Amino acid sequence: MKSPQFEYVRPGSLDQALAILAEHGDEAKVIAGGQSLVPTMNMRLAAPSLLVDLNHVPGLTGIELRGKWLRIGALTRHAEMARSPEVARHAPLLARAAPYIAHAAIRNRGTFGGSLATADPASEWPACCLTLGARIHLASRDGTRVVPAEEFFEGVYQTAIEPHELITHVEVPAATDSMLYGFDELTRRKGDYAIVGLAAQARVGAKGPLKLFRRDDRRLHEVRLGFFGVGETPVLAQRAAAALEGKVLDAEAIQAAQAALADDFEPLSDLYTSSEAKAHMARVLLGRVLNALSGDHSA
Amino acid sequence: MSDTTYELNLTVNGERVSRRVSPRLSLADFLREELHLTGTHVGCEQGACGACTVRHNGDQVRACLMYAVQAEGAEIETVEGLTESGELAALQDAFHRNTALQCGFCTPGMLIAAADLLKHNPKPSREQIRAGLSGNYCRCTGYHAIVDAVAEACGNNEEAAE
Repeated sequence: MKSPQFEYVRPGSLDQALAILAEHGDEAKVIAGGQSLVPTMNMRLAAPSLLVDLNHVPGLTGIELRGKWLRIGALTRHAEMARSPEVARHAPLLARAAPYIAHAAIRNRGTFGGSLATADPASEWPACCLTLGARIHLASRDGTRVVPAEEFFEGVYQTAIEPHELITHVEVPAATDSMLYGFDELTRRKGDYAIVGLAAQARVGAKGPLKLFRRDDRRLHEVRLGFFGVGETPVLAQRAAAALEGKVLDAEAIQAAQAALADDFEPLSDLYTSSEAKAHMARVLLGRVLNALSGDHSA
Repeated sequence: MSDTTYELNLTVNGERVSRRVSPRLSLADFLREELHLTGTHVGCEQGACGACTVRHNGDQVRACLMYAVQAEGAEIETVEGLTESGELAALQDAFHRNTALQCGFCTPGMLIAAADLLKHNPKPSREQIRAGLSGNYCRCTGYHAIVDAVAEACGNNEEAAE
């Protein structure tokens, strides 16, 4: 099917884009990569009267290390994330997740901020941002605000973004030597949305100056396990994470985490996969991801 | 709802083109109906099938997931332009030799996706070829002959042992 009719505007500055959104409210919809929005419009599930094209707004692109945070412009394409040396070095979790997103032609167009704003419960970036404790920066004509990833995702395709706001950029904590990451997902076919996916992070060993005295300390701390495809939003499996806290990552610890996962969530079924099957897949995936946790982007 | 049209200036296969378009017109429909470049096929209109794959500023994109008006100032290349330039010739020969098509509906998208894959990875393994073409559906061949053709075109004679 074809999209319904709409008016189109191509703002040349952020101020102009925000003024348009302030004036038109929820009659307007911003388009960035359009890889989710255009199908939705073609299927007539969305019919905004005005489309605000952000692709020519300067300042929404770029990936840059600022202090302890990696700043990612909302308009950064998935393909740029996948090939960025800054992302590989300072956010290895994101570098590992990028190739799982759809297909090459989609990755060339779809954007990091757009994926967060769409908030598909089975998509990769929202879960990664939740796991990393990202900060999502929103702007409107009235000013700017920062929403932590934990408070950003509110439901299926629902976020904390108000109709007159848009995402300008996202900050994720830059990786340090003591951080380990893991990412994997189960799909029916390469490039499909995940049935179940997991973005994991943990700190290994002692913190700060203690490190010097405990070089061989391989215990895990601050474990964060962001599952996606299992609920209306990405979810942190807190009981499974707690089971790993202070433990060395061995078979026993992994089994304990897998057992604890049953108390973390009861997955939502979808058209093809029952809740029980998804719970099983989540357990299997947890084992695989924990076994492959590593610090660099080579895994 | 209004039927406002917008000015559109872009380059298609090296030629400057100017038209007025309705914003709801997809880039794929613009290429087919306004410019009569019917090598860009329209299948699912939701980005799933890959039949409408074209190049936008050098990178492969879905022409059904861009509105034509968004291509202002862009350089678009379609299977017609890439055929004329000879860029696809080796792939096209290999598709022919390997019977990598039956109905041909997916072929323009397959060729552009395969060319894009080889641009980034000149010697892909068969597994990488399959991954690289995973966004393009073929309902005739079962893909095997397509993978053979791409492998042959890039000189990868590794046995079809999968």
